[in-house]
Amino acid sequence: MPKLHVTTTINGEPMEFLCEPDNTMLDALRNQLGLTGSKEGCATGDCGACSITVDGRLVCSCLMLAAEAEGHEIGTIEGMAQGDRLHPLQQKFLEQAALQCGICTSGMLVASEVLLKKNPNPSEEEVRFWLAGNLCRCTGYDKIVRAVLEAAAEMREARP
Amino acid sequence: MNDVTFNKWIGQRTIRPDGVDKVTGRAAFAADTNMPGMIWGKVLRSPHPHARIRKIDTSKAERLPGVKAVIIARDVVDFPVDKSVMLGIQDMRWMCRNVMAREKALFPGHPVAAVAATTEAIAAQACALIDVDYEVLPWSIEIDDALKPDAPILHEFNTFEGKPSNIMGKLEVKKGDITVGFAQAEVIVERAFTTRPVHQGYIEPHACLVSVAADGKTTIWSSSQGQFMVRAMTAYLSGIPQSDIRAIPAEIGGGFGGKTIVYLEPLATLLAKKSGRPVKMVMTREEVMRATGPTSGSKSTVKIGAKKDGTIVAAQGTFYLQAGALPGSPIRGAVGCSFTPYDIPHVLSTGYDVCSNRSKVAAYRAPGAPIGAYAVECVLDELAEALKIDPIELRLKNAAKEGTKAAFGPTFPRIGYVETLKAAKGHPHYNAPLGKLQGRGVASGFWFNAGGESSAQVNITEDGNVVVTTGHPDIGGSRAGIANICAELLGIDYRRVSVIIGDTQTVGFSNLTGGSRVLFASSMVVTEATEKIISTLRERAAKIWQIDPEAVKWENGAAHPVSPNAGPFEPLTLAELANKASAMGGPIGESVQLNTQGAEGGFGTHICDVEVDVELGIARVIRYTAVQDVGRAIHPGYVEGQLQGGVAQGIGWALNEEYIYTRGGNVDNPGFLDYRMPVCSDLPMIDCVLIEVPNPKHPQGVKGVGEVPLVPVLSAVANAIHNAVGKRFYSLPMSPPKVLEKVDASVQQAAE
Repeated sequence: MPKLHVTTTINGEPMEFLCEPDNTMLDALRNQLGLTGSKEGCATGDCGACSITVDGRLVCSCLMLAAEAEGHEIGTIEGMAQGDRLHPLQQKFLEQAALQCGICTSGMLVASEVLLKKNPNPSEEEVRFWLAGNLCRCTGYDKIVRAVLEAAAEMREARP
Repeated sequence: MNDVTFNKWIGQRTIRPDGVDKVTGRAAFAADTNMPGMIWGKVLRSPHPHARIRKIDTSKAERLPGVKAVIIARDVVDFPVDKSVMLGIQDMRWMCRNVMAREKALFPGHPVAAVAATTEAIAAQACALIDVDYEVLPWSIEIDDALKPDAPILHEFNTFEGKPSNIMGKLEVKKGDITVGFAQAEVIVERAFTTRPVHQGYIEPHACLVSVAADGKTTIWSSSQGQFMVRAMTAYLSGIPQSDIRAIPAEIGGGFGGKTIVYLEPLATLLAKKSGRPVKMVMTREEVMRATGPTSGSKSTVKIGAKKDGTIVAAQGTFYLQAGALPGSPIRGAVGCSFTPYDIPHVLSTGYDVCSNRSKVAAYRAPGAPIGAYAVECVLDELAEALKIDPIELRLKNAAKEGTKAAFGPTFPRIGYVETLKAAKGHPHYNAPLGKLQGRGVASGFWFNAGGESSAQVNITEDGNVVVTTGHPDIGGSRAGIANICAELLGIDYRRVSVIIGDTQTVGFSNLTGGSRVLFASSMVVTEATEKIISTLRERAAKIWQIDPEAVKWENGAAHPVSPNAGPFEPLTLAELANKASAMGGPIGESVQLNTQGAEGGFGTHICDVEVDVELGIARVIRYTAVQDVGRAIHPGYVEGQLQGGVAQGIGWALNEEYIYTRGGNVDNPGFLDYRMPVCSDLPMIDCVLIEVPNPKHPQGVKGVGEVPLVPVLSAVANAIHNAVGKRFYSLPMSPPKVLEKVDASVQQAAE
């Protein structure tokens, strides 16, 4: 079967790529576009390590076909920092030791950023339920939840 | 030794050296690298729990366009079963049979062939074209079935007590005479327990990329808990000498013991050699769940006898641990650790290594110790109840301390177990009020910890900064600890110290990241190398000033005269001395290799609160405090992280995690949806109390911290559930159906 030609926007940049009809968005990101920050932990949408945004909505890229990116705005972990300026979530994850091995970190950060856009002042419970689709086996989630709450507080203060 | 007079960096929550890469997606894990000309490898796995392999026909697969190489057992170096070849704690007889089935397939998921092809899809298609002629044999999954007199025998060559058996080994630890001990007891509690196998649950599946040149020079890119282990095992199984294999450690996405052995690297190496192309292999989650890890399931009996005043006089434990398809369950941890927190005059602890038709176990965080502690600490809780003594008091009364001789051998130096008990007892958590259907449990745990071989290079760059190269993959933040220590010793900002993990051909031999050994061992070699550098720097300054090196001290990142009498010299900074290096004797750097000794064991005491939903049978952990003797917290954030992570894994083990088997002997829940590890909304914050009793045998007082935190959890949760609903659970997991079964009308009534 011929490859499909997809025109899309990734982290604000116009992009084109070729893919097989059965390629997932995660395959395309990792294998066609060299964006390996999104990880494959399960390929069944259970671990969240491949979290991306599609038009601002949180999606497991392993559950999306690459061809579905046509005409949409894709956001990945690689687009989170602005040049050498880290996003407050990234900074708080570092300061709070909210990562150990780091394999879930990209997905955690992408998911948390979507949460804070929808809800700039989440409770601990809201953070915990929002991140329930992102597995971490290293941290027990404690420091991740704290980092998200602190980043949220800092971002609220920074807002005029 | 260069005295650390003030601690600027040790004990600080610095930013880890690999942190920015990991929050921006730049960090390269095992599956994140490609090579030009790369092809894909896939494994064909046995569908049967137990089957003799009569014949394998690969001809159809080999003819499929795109297929570049096919391998079966005869391509892997054989290690005959009658001669043990040990590599660390692994026996190559079993490793060669685990990476590829030889005479028999021993579990569903056991590799029987592997293919490399231009695409993953073609490789998978080729696997399906391989004809394997199996003679399907009777099988057993559970310990009881494997121990029946007529049980199918996995390894015909093995006998136990003169008969063919699935018991592959026995280990006994003994102190005093339990017959004498139990005769003195006024109260005896004896109970039987079972636990289920649980997977380490690392989020990164096993993966590797291997290139073999025509002259045999081999490059392996993979994530593991030891690039030297990868090199050695691959060398053994492929026949390529170690000197020709460069094993590069990728960032590792979790291991917890499960990546202390190889699965894919030898296969990818053989496929790369045969095809002449770099070969990439990545397991699916399903393959991870079917064919790697887990830790053992178990059945055990523990009996403890005490005087009425709570003095424990005798203890006996018998632990049967599942090894899976090939020998090697962690009986040493179950037998050696479980009674160790206590000073008991008469102890007998026995372990049996039992094979059955499930995947071969791999190490999992304090291997064996949580299984033993679950039984012991639950019996202690019943003993405390019978004696009407507070459970922490009972433990305090019998606690091991400096001078106590452990049943497994050593006599303890200064240890901090008593301190953990006192801190737990005095913690606000321990006396906080509990609501309806809420309960509180406590438990303690011990893990041996380990030292062993480590190498490091410390080099001063021409601009006066520092590069430290060590040989241990960093899973939980060990690079941050090394940076803190090196910066402290040199008296410079920690950001001037870059810490990297070397590959096998650029740094000296370093043993596995395992046994809670990495920061203990690597900070020893880094300390020695840094101290040698400091003495070189002092010598260089002395030469420039034309005074005696003894008259030069190193402080705050610069050489100073020890006193005004030594001469009126301005300090020479690290950068100034580095700048003059070539003129003053050459590059500044040191390499140190040691077989480190003195890793003392660690102790922890945990307090757990649960709330039980008696309608749904869900036990929920609502508060948790982990207290641990951590030696010295070089980076408290990552020490707490070890405690919190271990506790979360223990909660999963206690409440939910287990393999469900089909009637055909296959794992029925090989994915994260049905193999239910704790998610964020399942857990509360996990409070940590770090007790710092410095290890007297380490320059910074470091003690391993990573494994102890899993040991007490299973029993802390079980004891809490008992406290909440008045029911004892003797088998794990305490999942909703099991809790519901035990919650009878009386409990329901109490809830109303």
